[in-house]
Amino acid sequence: MNPLQLTGVAKSFTMHLQGGVRLPVVADVEFAVGAGECVALAGPSGTGKSSVLKMIFGNYRCDAGQILVRHEGEPIDVARADARAILKLRRTTIGYVSQFLRAVPRVAAIDVVAEPLVAAGVPRETARGRAGDLLARLNVPERLWGLPPATFSGGEQQRVNIARGFLPELPILLLDEPTASLDADNRAIVMDLITEKKKCGTAIASIVHDDDVRARTADRVIDITRFAVR
Amino acid sequence: MNAPAYNFAYLDEQTKRMIRRAILKAIAIPGYQVPFASREMPMPYGWGTGGVQVTASILGPDDVLKVIDQGSDDTTNAVSIRKFFAKTAGVQTTTRTAEATIIQTRHRIPETPLTEDQVLVFQVPIPEPLRFLEPRETETRRMHALADYGLMHVKLYEDIARHGHIATTYAYPVKVDGRYVMDPSPTPKFDNPKMDDCAALQLFGAGREKRIYAIPPHTRVVSLDFEDHPFERGRTPKTCELCGANDTYLDEVVTDDMGGRLFVCSDSDYCEKRRGAEQAK
Amino acid sequence: MTESDAPLLLAEGLTKYYGRQLGCRDVSFALYEGEVLAVVGESGSGKTTLLQLLSTQLTPSAGHVRYRLRDGVTRDLAELSEAERRFLFRTDWGYVHQDAALGLRMNVSAGANVGERLMAVGWRHYGRIRGAAATWLDRVEIEADRIDDPPLTYSGGMRQRLQIARNLVTQPRLVFMDEPTGGLDVSVQARLLDLLRGLVTELGLAAVIVTHDLAVARLLSHRIMVMKGGEVIEEGLTDQVLDDPREPYTQLLVSSILPA
Repeated sequence: MNPLQLTGVAKSFTMHLQGGVRLPVVADVEFAVGAGECVALAGPSGTGKSSVLKMIFGNYRCDAGQILVRHEGEPIDVARADARAILKLRRTTIGYVSQFLRAVPRVAAIDVVAEPLVAAGVPRETARGRAGDLLARLNVPERLWGLPPATFSGGEQQRVNIARGFLPELPILLLDEPTASLDADNRAIVMDLITEKKKCGTAIASIVHDDDVRARTADRVIDITRFAVR
Repeated sequence: MNAPAYNFAYLDEQTKRMIRRAILKAIAIPGYQVPFASREMPMPYGWGTGGVQVTASILGPDDVLKVIDQGSDDTTNAVSIRKFFAKTAGVQTTTRTAEATIIQTRHRIPETPLTEDQVLVFQVPIPEPLRFLEPRETETRRMHALADYGLMHVKLYEDIARHGHIATTYAYPVKVDGRYVMDPSPTPKFDNPKMDDCAALQLFGAGREKRIYAIPPHTRVVSLDFEDHPFERGRTPKTCELCGANDTYLDEVVTDDMGGRLFVCSDSDYCEKRRGAEQAK
Repeated sequence: MTESDAPLLLAEGLTKYYGRQLGCRDVSFALYEGEVLAVVGESGSGKTTLLQLLSTQLTPSAGHVRYRLRDGVTRDLAELSEAERRFLFRTDWGYVHQDAALGLRMNVSAGANVGERLMAVGWRHYGRIRGAAATWLDRVEIEADRIDDPPLTYSGGMRQRLQIARNLVTQPRLVFMDEPTGGLDVSVQARLLDLLRGLVTELGLAAVIVTHDLAVARLLSHRIMVMKGGEVIEEGLTDQVLDDPREPYTQLLVSSILPA
């Protein structure tokens, strides 16, 4: 089975504060991502690309359909999993690099990056060591590692975010605009990272606006407008 | 006008029964404070009414009573209480510890070792050892019931943190028979070891607070402490000016207004006995 | 930090009426080791009643609270004796009050405050008790030289941190928190939240945190339960409920947060 398989997935928002108006987003979403494959979701803004990724991660609810994730050899349906199961999946199986870093006050950048590894049981010093290596690779200078990222520039924050998402070795990785605020050099580094992940067999679903990056990282492109409900 | 006739030892028989029941219960649960219906006595609260009620309840016509106050037989209180019982019970009284069958005491344990034929009755102001740490009666009762004595050790910890040693010098809390924490009444901590495995019955009466508690003979009584700050008896390193004893609890007597002082045994009977023995030699 | 498969705390149909006034109704959930559940709602939502029911400070009008003790046996808390309950409270549980003064002995030194639980479970070596207290003060970022000062002399944030140290010294498995950052200055709140977050993760604590502040819930909890008028309106994964709220009331709550 594929590491990730979506079937008949639908999502709409009901805005109770606006008189209960219902905003359908997507319906009948269907695609799979194989191991070592990067699938890019494409389409104009507002068509539901982020929503799809968030549903896979369990951050958004899913109104219909199945989101099957291969977890320890068995398929788990994220759409139906309870809170505890989803938390477990996030620790062991699905990683997510959001578009913006949610900066927690007071936590140093290096600890922000190391945190998922530490939560998975890796000794703190080892995790920090690896975090530092990855931050260095992403051109985040060492003098910043001990500082909380809240005061960093957008690009620096995003690189911290990327490091945090790419550090653990999870079989599925979801990327939401990973290169949006980066310059050409750093974009290249991220593309290398994606390629390395693919070589490790990671299944990647990504949202990329930059045509060049998409061309170089995606093995397949899925046009989300196919599933848009208008 | 005729003087009123008193029942033996002042209290009516029903009251004595009630108090004896409380005493029996106290003996059955060593160190546990038994509530009792404390009576109005012809002396104010704070002057030993609890001790007097206990003594009155156990006194018999053949008993020999000794009353001491801070170790002395001849302070106002000791004299008054002795006279009280002489008048209302007509019992023989004595100042000699060895001759007494009942010894009522305020704030001291006699130096002379007691025997199984004797009863020591303590006057107690505040029976609850935790009272100054936990003002709520409901809480302290629960703590005793559940043997939840962490707070007591908090107090001892505080002493060491603040003074470098446990600062309690009198009314030093003890654990009785491995179960209840008890206030031995404001006796100096020097006297605490005397309560341990004592041959005599020890009874404690608090009149204003309406509690009676007891230590049966030969009961284990351990002063609370820390492993690395063990209980110390503490004693002024002086000898008694009168009898030369160097192992008794001493009173400090100011002799003039130029700082002159001397130390004498607090237990006047013990000191006198020693002096008598000396003279006899 | 292993996760057992059996829940640590189980609430089943918890209901509380104060006379005819509803405190909370029919609340059920399972909490596992290492999980943090935030109970959010506005005043009168029943969240504090729920916390008190869970921590056995109130008896339910209906329903049960079950807890898995350290020996692995799950017991109905209503069946525990007073002694067992007190022991549980002192060793396996923590309770952090909104007002730190309620959870501390204000007139006793910080060291004694932290050491009390240890002494209550039989520690009798002053040096070691003091050492443990000092370690914990350091962990909650209270300067070492304040160990002999009573919390009367502490600021609000320090008192709260001391309360946390006092609760965690016996390494409880479950901590109840009632508005732990309530009434504190914003910068102080941030520091406290960060501390709590670190400690919860490091110690693998399970926690039930009552708060009206969604930001606190988002930062500290894995799961969230939204309450209103004594009922559970919505519950689930914290980020899911806050980012994709389904119920009208939840949407109202989430949209009411002023952006920073």
